[in-house]
Amino acid sequence: MNNMISLIFITIGITFNLLGCIGIIRLPDTYNRLQAATKCVTLGCCSILLGVCFHFGFSDAGIKALVAIPILFFASTVGAHALIRGTYHFGIKLGERSIKDDYKEAVK
Amino acid sequence: MRYVAVFILSLIFWLLLTFRFTVPNLIVGSVAAVICSAIFARYYFHNVYKFLQPHRYFWFIIYLFIFVWECIKANFDVAYRVLHPAMPIRPGIVKVKTTLKSDFAKMLLANSITMTPGTISVDIIDDNLFIHWIYIRSEDPEVYTGMITGAFEKYIKRIIE
Repeated sequence: MNNMISLIFITIGITFNLLGCIGIIRLPDTYNRLQAATKCVTLGCCSILLGVCFHFGFSDAGIKALVAIPILFFASTVGAHALIRGTYHFGIKLGERSIKDDYKEAVK
Repeated sequence: MRYVAVFILSLIFWLLLTFRFTVPNLIVGSVAAVICSAIFARYYFHNVYKFLQPHRYFWFIIYLFIFVWECIKANFDVAYRVLHPAMPIRPGIVKVKTTLKSDFAKMLLANSITMTPGTISVDIIDDNLFIHWIYIRSEDPEVYTGMITGAFEKYIKRIIE
């Protein structure tokens, strides 16, 4: 039963990771690519870690996988914020389809 | 008092991460926790007695459920935009005003916004959050402020402030 649940979680995780990778290729500019990279890949990895946790049960590796989930959350959100802010300050323009930019006046 | 709280938290974290309850491991863990608290405790909450108020934990659990739900919604949202042949995106950076006061609460709000559908927080300047939004649904500042921060702001206020 545990094996079944862990397989389901790992499959969901790999699917979301794949969608994130497709997003990185298809979306037009850096900012939109970061959206796909952050969300899909974070939940995908969390799902894989949950699957690992179910596979090993309440033991050494299972608890470590569970502890890794909040670390991954904070690391990926803070990393995405740093990347997107760094991209803007580096001078890369928003893509052609963008319709609004409030940040331009704030950093002047 | 702040230093003690950070010390206890990092020691618990160390024990969970190594998962071996022997004396040498405890000693190494305490040394690491002392170093961590010496360096990082000054950035922590000013009032650590909030940890002892149980109603904050209740709101934290409710917040966690809402957060996970928003996360799953965010993933399906991104999947839809990526797989759709015409790619329905209208990206841009919008300015959102927040009513939260403490730095820690603002950090938590920015991190929550990053995981909600289609939004990444770019910067925080004073009370204003700058959000990159993949599909801007409305031009009215009040409407989109409610859309972006409305789900989390009141819970974070109850948890931290």
